[in-house]
Amino acid sequence: MRMEFVLEIARVVLYVVGILAFVGFNASYLVLLERKGSARFQLRHGPTEVGPFGLIQPVADAVKLLCKQILIPKNVDVILFFMAPILVLLPAILCMVTIPFGATIAARNFNLGLLMVFAFAAFNVFGILIGGWASHNKYANLAAARVVAQNIAYEIPTLLIVVAVVMVTGTFNLQEIVAQQAGGFWRWNILRLDLNPLQPVAFLMYFICLLAETNRAPFDMVEAESELVAGAYTEYSGMTFGVFFMAEYTNIVLGCCVATVLFLGGWQCPFGLVPGPHWFLLKMYALCFTVIWVRWSFPRVQFYNLLNLSWKILIPVSLANIILTALMLKVF
Amino acid sequence: MEKQVEVPPALVQFAQLDKVLNLARANSLWPMTFGLACCAIEMMATGASRFDMARFGCEVFRPSPRQCDLMIVCGTITRKMAPAVITLYDQMPEPKWVLAMGNCAISGGPFNFPGQYSVVEGADKILPVDVYVPGCPPRPEGLLEGILKLEEKLCSGWRRWPVVET
Repeated sequence: MRMEFVLEIARVVLYVVGILAFVGFNASYLVLLERKGSARFQLRHGPTEVGPFGLIQPVADAVKLLCKQILIPKNVDVILFFMAPILVLLPAILCMVTIPFGATIAARNFNLGLLMVFAFAAFNVFGILIGGWASHNKYANLAAARVVAQNIAYEIPTLLIVVAVVMVTGTFNLQEIVAQQAGGFWRWNILRLDLNPLQPVAFLMYFICLLAETNRAPFDMVEAESELVAGAYTEYSGMTFGVFFMAEYTNIVLGCCVATVLFLGGWQCPFGLVPGPHWFLLKMYALCFTVIWVRWSFPRVQFYNLLNLSWKILIPVSLANIILTALMLKVF
Repeated sequence: MEKQVEVPPALVQFAQLDKVLNLARANSLWPMTFGLACCAIEMMATGASRFDMARFGCEVFRPSPRQCDLMIVCGTITRKMAPAVITLYDQMPEPKWVLAMGNCAISGGPFNFPGQYSVVEGADKILPVDVYVPGCPPRPEGLLEGILKLEEKLCSGWRRWPVVET
């Protein structure tokens, strides 16, 4: 009994440190990947001078942001102002608890893992709204209002798509969802055309919703530099802004993790050989790279086009997807 | 015009720590997305593919002054624009630096003649300028050299590359 207790504590500490390290590493080095990627897409080189291939650049940025003055403008609601970045970052880290990186590597094996991920991921927009509101700045306020409209519009198709996947798999448990996809890439949910011929479309729609939910360009209404100064982050300086930045990348990683688990077979190997965390990370980073690739390839959409895409295309198609899945389940 | 608030120096000074901090600051100077006149075009060219400021980690043009370290005053500061420029400078958090780019920002340039009434004769009349980059407008290499000079100033003499011989 006593031994088990000690082991459990050690496990918790190990996973907390591990997840925080994973989040911190991703937040800093995905930024570097983004800067390098954007440079390469624009025929530039990106950071090269700070360390070999610019590899120390994130360290320099982090140290600089940590030692920068944090300005508290006049009329700001101080408590909410400082709560907002934490409220954006914390749920994203919390969601990492359920992500199965390997057959035995998951902090917690929840029955309702998927539900928990989406319950906490919805907090993201709340934090940005609070930040925009507390800033007492009209640009931040406007941007926050737009982000709320955007996130509500895209939360619905995301959940509808996930419901269809859950109908196919019959479980909310992320480990089990991955375990069901063992055997080869034709067993992955994205290619289970026998269960639902619209599965690749569902993956594409999930990916679009992921871009919109994490406020990435071409849907970056939260940080609309061309029209609203720096959007909801206008008044944030130093590390408060840095935390928002970290949260954005953590949310991307989280979204890509969930996409990998739901559609791309998690830690399963495409050919049934040596499954393990390396496959998970490979797929996840490939998706992260695609997110960056999309950002630097497409221009921003107008706000009403963004809402039209969700309400007129994604929601009807995802509803049709659910009905089709239900029919296929009933008939076959 | 807003009153300038003096930021007191740190109570306890750590020489080595300050060196490390300054090295980090020098290697991630985020400029403001902010242009006053034609020099801004050269600044954009510096960020684009041929000259690529990104190599030194200073391509992150932040749209909000709250997140900037470096104000590149690129162009003529007219008397009407001066209050806005000062407000932008005041909105930047410490530590912050100013780089005067082009002859107009150094001295008023071609607009500096007896009897002129519309142009501020040099950014240093209203802001504490750290580095001056002459030219009308300066070439992107000039701006890059200015940023290297600012890094040199921050790191108390350490220089990334040897000075090009002419």
